[in-house]
Amino acid sequence: MQTPVENETAPLLQARALAFARNEEPIFGPLDFALHAGDVVLIEGDNGSGKTTLLKVLSGLLQPTSGEVLLHDAPLTLAKLSHQVALLAHLLGLKLELSALENLRFAIGLGGLRSGITPQLALASVGLEGYEDQPLRMLSAGQRKRVALARLLLVPVALWLLDEPYANLDREGIELVNRLLDNHARRGGAALITSHGAYAFTSGTPRRIALKPGIGNRGSAIAEQVSP
Amino acid sequence: MRPGTTAAACIALLRRDFVLTWRRRGDALNPLLFAVMVVSLFPFALGPEAETLARIAAGTIFVAVLLAMLLSLDALFRSDLEDGSLEQLVLSPHPLALLIAAKVLVHWLTTALPLIAIAPLLAQLLHLPANVLPVLLAALALATPLLSLIGAVCVALTVGMRRSGMLLTLLVLPLIVPALIFGAGACNAAQAGFAFIAPLLWLGAWLALALVLAPLAAAAALKISLT
Amino acid sequence: MNPLVLYFHKFGSPPYFYRVAGLWLPWLYALALVTGTVGLYGGLVMAPADYQQGDSFRIIYVHVPCAWMSLFAYLFMAANGFIALVWRIKLSETLAMAAAPVGAAFTFVTLVTGSLWGKPTWGTWWTWDARLTSELVLLFLYFGVIGLYHAIEDTRQAARAAAFLALIGVVNLPIVHYSVVWWNTLHQSQTVSFTGQSKITASMLWPLLVLAFATHAYFFASLLARARVALLSLESGKEWVRGLLTSEPAHG
Repeated sequence: MQTPVENETAPLLQARALAFARNEEPIFGPLDFALHAGDVVLIEGDNGSGKTTLLKVLSGLLQPTSGEVLLHDAPLTLAKLSHQVALLAHLLGLKLELSALENLRFAIGLGGLRSGITPQLALASVGLEGYEDQPLRMLSAGQRKRVALARLLLVPVALWLLDEPYANLDREGIELVNRLLDNHARRGGAALITSHGAYAFTSGTPRRIALKPGIGNRGSAIAEQVSP
Repeated sequence: MRPGTTAAACIALLRRDFVLTWRRRGDALNPLLFAVMVVSLFPFALGPEAETLARIAAGTIFVAVLLAMLLSLDALFRSDLEDGSLEQLVLSPHPLALLIAAKVLVHWLTTALPLIAIAPLLAQLLHLPANVLPVLLAALALATPLLSLIGAVCVALTVGMRRSGMLLTLLVLPLIVPALIFGAGACNAAQAGFAFIAPLLWLGAWLALALVLAPLAAAAALKISLT
Repeated sequence: MNPLVLYFHKFGSPPYFYRVAGLWLPWLYALALVTGTVGLYGGLVMAPADYQQGDSFRIIYVHVPCAWMSLFAYLFMAANGFIALVWRIKLSETLAMAAAPVGAAFTFVTLVTGSLWGKPTWGTWWTWDARLTSELVLLFLYFGVIGLYHAIEDTRQAARAAAFLALIGVVNLPIVHYSVVWWNTLHQSQTVSFTGQSKITASMLWPLLVLAFATHAYFFASLLARARVALLSLESGKEWVRGLLTSEPAHG
């Protein structure tokens, strides 16, 4: 690893020699990195470079072809998932027939409730005050994204894995995401986000991992760590 | 109950699925309509004599109910798959088997229970002798959860396939044939005046086995299909 | 490391398997052909006619070995499926999926020859007794496994899903086997027994056993041939496949 470790505490998430191939085609790897509390890491890459796959491997949903993922030094597999990981995927995991409040209440039932916050407060802080009871079907894509972000606020989870969190959001929404990431990092959480775009993370400079197709055979993806 | 515990998660899932079914209650009527239509076709095909119809009544109702449930099985995981909720369920640290069992319970309550409720109506349409009706209801009450459970395993294997309709039927039918044989067999035995308790006990035994094993198998199948 | 484990490891490697299977293949086919001919001659020509059924019983020499193979093939498929699911060995996935069509074919032949035999002896082409019904269910299970395997795009995932289905269907095997014991069936009960006396005379029995051996040899030959082809297409991007195609002219 090239980046110097800032604090001496144990890493929240660690990837060791992580590689993934589908149907014999290499998608990414081998990757080595560690995430500590307070870290926000941005994974950049063009469409198809394997960012979403990497996130799925890190969440435990996919088994890596080689290497391992360690959460708090314990291996993370589908058999041993943790309360500590939340994935915000491209498909938000929200039911369109339910209202924002109902969706959030379900998420709380599944994942628990962080102390000091309620669903209404969470919705207000993502700018959806007044939209609590409308079925999600009637909200725009950007508003649905905000409901998903509100869900992140409610469930007490240390590690956020966000796939394209800036997608479908306007400038205010992008600032909202950055604010949320900031607060989360300051509270001792960590986040890994993917983006193919040019949206800059405004406060602090996150570590960046770039996934780009390599010059290896058949466009296999190799990864390099870029530290700003 | 504290949110975030497994019990709370199951209750939250049950509640969510009930609300969702209620909001799409038009769709929930489809299996009922299908069963009524299928049963109504037989008098047209076989002629309206009560004796002919009475002989095939129990078996026909059984097949109609099973086919109606088969139609609705695909919807078990489909909407959750399409909006990403299924992924969230798989990722949650609660035992996936329990979550699936909760979904299957809602599916059975909202699909099979109405079918069992109209079974007396279907029995009337086919002139089923009155003494066989309780046996039919008991057999349906045992066979339909079996179908929901075994169906859940097969749906889990084919989840995500766009045109899985025929394949799902092909997978479920061989596994559900014993339930049909014993369920309809119990009714036919009762109709002929023989003892009918043995097939019902067999169904009960299989149901007990399926209640334990099917959610586990469905969870394993889902993990295979989604990863 | 334990030499047996090492050998197992080596055997699981596709290029090694491809080569070794290719060496065995002609011998297996030859064995099947020779023993098959001997068995068929013994059964169709040498064995005495049955006192009750006359010569129509001779279809037993095709029907019964195929029936035995239909069950064996499923067991083989399920066993390899289990290995594939638990240990994720790619070769087991290939072998399990290659066994499915062969087993389905044996099941189909069993049903057809049974039907042909049923007409003169029972007076009907088909009856829904326990043995026939469970064998038909077995055929549907095979179709389900094959259908599921071909419906999923990712081959390894497809193999795992189909293997899982095969394992669920294993429960049908004892049902087929014991159906003539547990139920009152039109189909005759067990005549050949591994433990104790068989209820069939020796001159009729030996061709049956020879043909059982022949069908096993044929099953493995067919299996290996299919597995080799499947491996070629699965590993088509790899070096060893390209090496095969460029270095040697078509052989075997």
